[in-house]
Amino acid sequence: MRKHISMTLVMVLLFSLVLSACDLLPQPETDAFRVGMVTDVGGIDDRSFNATAWRGIEMAEEELNVEGDFLESTAQPDYAPNLTHYINQDYDLIVTVGFLLADDTRDFAEANPDFNFAIVDFAYDPPVENIRGLVFATDEAAFLAGYAAAAATQTGIVATFGGINIPPVSIFMVGFEHGVNYYNEQNGANVQVLGWDTAANTGVFVGNFDSTDDGRRVADEFLSEGADIIMPVAGPVGLGSAEAVQQAGNAWIIGVDTDWTVSAPEYDAIILTSVLKNMDIAVFDTIQMAAEPGFTTFGGETYLGTLENDGVGIADVAPGTITADVEAELDQIRQAIIDGEIDTGWAAYIGGLN
Amino acid sequence: MNKEAHETDARASTEVPSDHDDAASDRNTGTEPTPRALTVHEPKPGCRSRLRTLLVPLLAIVTALIIGALVIVFTDTSVYAAFEEGFLQGIVQALVVIIRAYSAFYVGAFGDPGQILGALLSGDTTRIIRAVYPLTETLRTATPYIFAGLAVAVGFQGGLFNIGAEGQYFIAGLTTVFVGYALTGLPALIHLPLALLAGIVGGALWAAIPGYLKGKTGAHEVINTIMLNYIAFRFAEYMLDVGGPMARGDGRPVSPEIQPSAYLPRLFPGQIQVRLNAGFLLALLVAWGVWWLLFKTTIGYEIRTVGHNPRAAKYAGINVARNYVITMAISGGLAGLAASTDILGVLRFMPNAFHSGYGFDAIALALLGKSHPLGVVLASLLFGALRAGARNMQGIARVPIDITSILQGLIIVFIAAPEIIRLIYRVRQLPKGEEIDLTHGWG
Repeated sequence: MRKHISMTLVMVLLFSLVLSACDLLPQPETDAFRVGMVTDVGGIDDRSFNATAWRGIEMAEEELNVEGDFLESTAQPDYAPNLTHYINQDYDLIVTVGFLLADDTRDFAEANPDFNFAIVDFAYDPPVENIRGLVFATDEAAFLAGYAAAAATQTGIVATFGGINIPPVSIFMVGFEHGVNYYNEQNGANVQVLGWDTAANTGVFVGNFDSTDDGRRVADEFLSEGADIIMPVAGPVGLGSAEAVQQAGNAWIIGVDTDWTVSAPEYDAIILTSVLKNMDIAVFDTIQMAAEPGFTTFGGETYLGTLENDGVGIADVAPGTITADVEAELDQIRQAIIDGEIDTGWAAYIGGLN
Repeated sequence: MNKEAHETDARASTEVPSDHDDAASDRNTGTEPTPRALTVHEPKPGCRSRLRTLLVPLLAIVTALIIGALVIVFTDTSVYAAFEEGFLQGIVQALVVIIRAYSAFYVGAFGDPGQILGALLSGDTTRIIRAVYPLTETLRTATPYIFAGLAVAVGFQGGLFNIGAEGQYFIAGLTTVFVGYALTGLPALIHLPLALLAGIVGGALWAAIPGYLKGKTGAHEVINTIMLNYIAFRFAEYMLDVGGPMARGDGRPVSPEIQPSAYLPRLFPGQIQVRLNAGFLLALLVAWGVWWLLFKTTIGYEIRTVGHNPRAAKYAGINVARNYVITMAISGGLAGLAASTDILGVLRFMPNAFHSGYGFDAIALALLGKSHPLGVVLASLLFGALRAGARNMQGIARVPIDITSILQGLIIVFIAAPEIIRLIYRVRQLPKGEEIDLTHGWG
């Protein structure tokens, strides 16, 4: 009997393979604007990078006549086949997430001039006609978070760490450190930053973007050194840090990329604020632009998310952690950064690297 | 510590299959017993028994696909919705989901037969390229698997468990890409072999370290290859980090692009999506070379003898320590070629976070291929098809890409525990001696 069942299943399988020869995969007939997204190796549900970009497509699906789709990459050689898929399926806009996809995106854009592309976290120099680079002045927002953290700390020590030392990560840490230093200058304080030193270009990096264990371990170290506010810049690794902080008590986490009180509500009680990198807004903006009737090409333009256009920002600071005076100062600093009166230190840092 | 007993026992049972492997080469002899088959419980090495050896792996794959189908069904909301309407609708919807998923899988791995036929009949090159593209991706994906699988297989044959293929892959990536971009003005005829050689040497030297440590001090290669993996990862990170010695200098942690003279030629150079390149042919050639080395040369004989029983090998006058170094160096060189072909044929630069997972998939491949080069090639083609197929399944049927890991895992479980398969399908146990000992050399 059991033999029969398994034989039947085998037959069903073989049958399904044979059927594949027939056209069982109808191409969707739709007049919607079709957007395909190729993720980096983190996967679509990384609660950070890929997930935020994808939310931009979901927003567009709700508000515009748009159909979205995504393909997850599991290794670098996956990028090209995923791009090929959307080209073969004749998508209207292809969004790639992360600078590791920059070379493949450029190659495919140049080979397929009729297609439009957007890439999160990279800008080409010289620009490519049919790619829109989406980059973010995250240093501006991290500067504000650093100022708020310096005002809120009880121990006089704050900390940050990263996944790997690459500009999209270090931009948070540079801005954060300069925000703390600015607080020290303005208020004659001496708040220390652990885990990052802009001048030496060194800091604490866990070497990956997925190990929550590493996040917990590093957070425990920082806590034992007296830090009471930690900003992890390593995607899901930070969730491990949040867990460690929650268990330790009397300490805070600063979220990155998205508002963690929304994306990781289980840690709501220990989230001081979040440095927002609104990739969703950038992606939505790009789709809106490309879906406009009569649109042909981006013309190699770059989108820069700033405090001014709400491409970056900080979430509400947890109530009771900073005074109303500090809140007012944050607003003033925000305006001063927009007006270019305060330097976040990023330009000098990145200029020194290359 | 009854290692001795285990080893002598293992020797008795592994003696035959190695003869068997030789027999695989002279297919034409059919049912004629090979002259060297003198062992007592030697089964007739005919076609039938060879088929029987393949039976368990084949049933393992089929069973994995069936369980995979169940996973796909149970994670599909449309099936649950259909079951709410009625039992029959539910079953129908479940079948539709399975068929849609697996046909997308098949098309993704081998191409749409109708489309291929139509394209061939039309004679239009662009259409043909597009139709055979999935097949080229399967072979392209299989290429590094073949090298990495061979690397681990050679280690198994020599009684060494090389878990360090991943680290060797990183080091070889660095040496290959460096030769690839730093040397300019060379003709391709010199540059390309040089870049490939750089990968072989990089991987071989890195792997020779644990081999030497094992031979000289007895330090276990499992521990040392794992530790060297971490050193390799961090070293690559240091070299490629923004501002690092091998970084491109555009604010990204990636190496410069290699010179065109170091490119492995692609099948259709004008079509950027088709990345199948000469690396695949090289892989087949190298697989044959490894078979020849293992089963037709003195070095290979020594490697296998040490693998079977190092004490007996020592007694027979083989320099065991030197053999460990040689085995690991060959193993590492093969792992290095996986990186070289990936960089010279596919990526054409090396990114930091080059993480591939090949090193660990390679262990599965060597097991699946029973540490025989031909078996490794077949297993790699299977894994290549699984990967390419799953990619299309994700794109067309919206089945998460993680299904590949599930299928790979299930296949490995069933191969490693053949009793499960025998129990399900009532397959008789093969006579003792015909089974190939897989776990030998892990001690």
